[in-house]
Amino acid sequence: MTDGWLISLLIMLGKSLLVLVAVLIYVAYILYADRKIWAAVQLRRGPNVVGPWGLLQSFADMLKFVLKEPVIPAGANKGVFLLAPFIMAMLALSAWAVIPVADGWAVADLNVGVLFIFAISSLGVYGVIMGGWASNSKYPFLSALRSAAQMVSYEVSIGFVIITVLLCAGSLNLNDIVLAQDSKFGVFGWYWLPLFPMFIIFFISALAETNRPPFDLVEAESELVAGFMVEYSSVPYMLFMLGEYVAIVTMCALTTILFLGGWLSPIPFAPFTWVPGIIWFILKATAVFFMFAMVKAFVPRYRYDQLMRLGWKVFLPISLFMVIAVAGVLQFAMAQGWR
Amino acid sequence: MNVAAVFFYLFSAIMLASAFMVIAAKNPVHSVLFLILAFVNASGLFLLMGAEFLAMILVVVYVGAVAVLFLFVVMMLDVDFAELKQGFLQYLPLGSVIGIVVAIELLLVMVGFTQSDAALGAGASPIQANVSNTEALGLVLYTKYVYLFQASGLVLLTAMIGAIVLTLRHKPDVKRQVIADQNARTRADAIEIKKAPSRAGV
Amino acid sequence: MPSYLEEYLPLVIFMGVAGFLAAALLIAPFVLAFKAPDTEKLSAYECGFNAFDDARMKFDVRFYLVSLLFIIFDLEVAFLFPWAVAFKDVGLFGFWSMILFLGVLTIGFIYEWRKGALEWD
Repeated sequence: MTDGWLISLLIMLGKSLLVLVAVLIYVAYILYADRKIWAAVQLRRGPNVVGPWGLLQSFADMLKFVLKEPVIPAGANKGVFLLAPFIMAMLALSAWAVIPVADGWAVADLNVGVLFIFAISSLGVYGVIMGGWASNSKYPFLSALRSAAQMVSYEVSIGFVIITVLLCAGSLNLNDIVLAQDSKFGVFGWYWLPLFPMFIIFFISALAETNRPPFDLVEAESELVAGFMVEYSSVPYMLFMLGEYVAIVTMCALTTILFLGGWLSPIPFAPFTWVPGIIWFILKATAVFFMFAMVKAFVPRYRYDQLMRLGWKVFLPISLFMVIAVAGVLQFAMAQGWR
Repeated sequence: MNVAAVFFYLFSAIMLASAFMVIAAKNPVHSVLFLILAFVNASGLFLLMGAEFLAMILVVVYVGAVAVLFLFVVMMLDVDFAELKQGFLQYLPLGSVIGIVVAIELLLVMVGFTQSDAALGAGASPIQANVSNTEALGLVLYTKYVYLFQASGLVLLTAMIGAIVLTLRHKPDVKRQVIADQNARTRADAIEIKKAPSRAGV
Repeated sequence: MPSYLEEYLPLVIFMGVAGFLAAALLIAPFVLAFKAPDTEKLSAYECGFNAFDDARMKFDVRFYLVSLLFIIFDLEVAFLFPWAVAFKDVGLFGFWSMILFLGVLTIGFIYEWRKGALEWD
């Protein structure tokens, strides 16, 4: 009896480690891809020295961060100052426990998976506020306030977008949401097509929620130096960056699950359905990230009042209206007996 | 020992300790951070009772939204906390009298609390075994408890109006962006071409 | 252990492993890296002068308003979740019940808009 417990516990530990290491390696290459894409748009080469084509750049960066001097400002609240990057990185990584990369391949297949990710992303704001407040410096403090208001504003529309997907799928389980998109139409049966406006709103809100350009007012270099991270150095800084990029990758994965059919093959017949689901999943998530990177490369930064206007006066009413519209259409379809 | 029991004691212990720290911490921002820890542990306790949906909503609403507001308020307060501490001894007698009265009342409620069988039967809806927690909630909330549901909508409306009445202050002389005006600008009313003769200026 | 809790044990373990990784990274530079602190290095960042006073100052009440409005809309979303999941079973009555709820809140939203609470200045 005790042996059985121990073995299942070790299996869970092994699974968690495997997923975490896979996510971290994926993030390392996403960082590399981000820099390469950005460089290519500006006709530069990007990182190309460490390893062949610069492929080991991210690992070299990590080593360097670990060996740099950690500076904690004299006026800072030391505990909160160090807790902030820890919370940011840990929460961002935790979201990956519930993401199914192939049919049933999630560490924890929660009944309320979507809500869990929604909760985790709403906690992301704490790393920023705590870091900005604990630094006891002007720029981080201003940046923390700004970004808290920004992340909070876009979360509402993300919530409404998720509701429309749930209306169609009828479950909070991420695995079931993907399976609900499985149809004989393949790529045209996924939710991006019927819910196209929501797909766009979700993509843009995800940019704002993860503080990606053009919504990177948190670390607007031209006015706030480096935002809430001004006082951070060494690994605490790296953990903020890591948390940010893991959150971005999580948003890409969530877009894939909610709108792009998760691990499903885009062409629903023989040779394509033999390809393992995880490969489709990674391809789709990377394609979404490519869009993230392109937006960073060619969209200028928003002004703060424009950012708030977009969130509250454009996305919120549109997504609220779409919730009612989608519900109305589904109700009508049920009344007609189509579903 | 049962794993669920271990987690129950873990969550309860952390929750009680952090609840104590909320009132004991010197720095109000630390108090709010301990309050957040208490919320997270409360959501763990909800999970142990099988209320998955409530556990997640507790994190989303209380930790993700209400505590952010608390942090804003606490960070915005410009109070000298050393000065506040001065009044502590002065208010101690009155405060302890009130505290004792409340404690006695709570004790009376706990000792004298009974529930009639009729009340037990009237409120609860039977839970079907094959329905998930969230769905079970959805099945009764919008139909059986529709009046309470609508009442909560009205409460939210009141809160919305109250928030605006209390906090909305328009600054004078603010120049706002009017996008319609910007888009309505044409070449004709924005650009003027003048022939400037040499050495004479415009 | 009840069946619904079985899925949460891996979650707790996953969060534990993630926390362990983050903590290990966080401790690493304090053990490994070279340290030479001095007063200038440890002072708060400013543009060429020492900070005049405490950095934590009063700020605009508008941030407070934004987070208040956010709480209200977040609660609205919280009410929508069970509705969306049980949508097929609550029928026409549940549908209109939610439309009424959203209608009441839309009135509030329009009030906000007219009052200019959504403007940022």
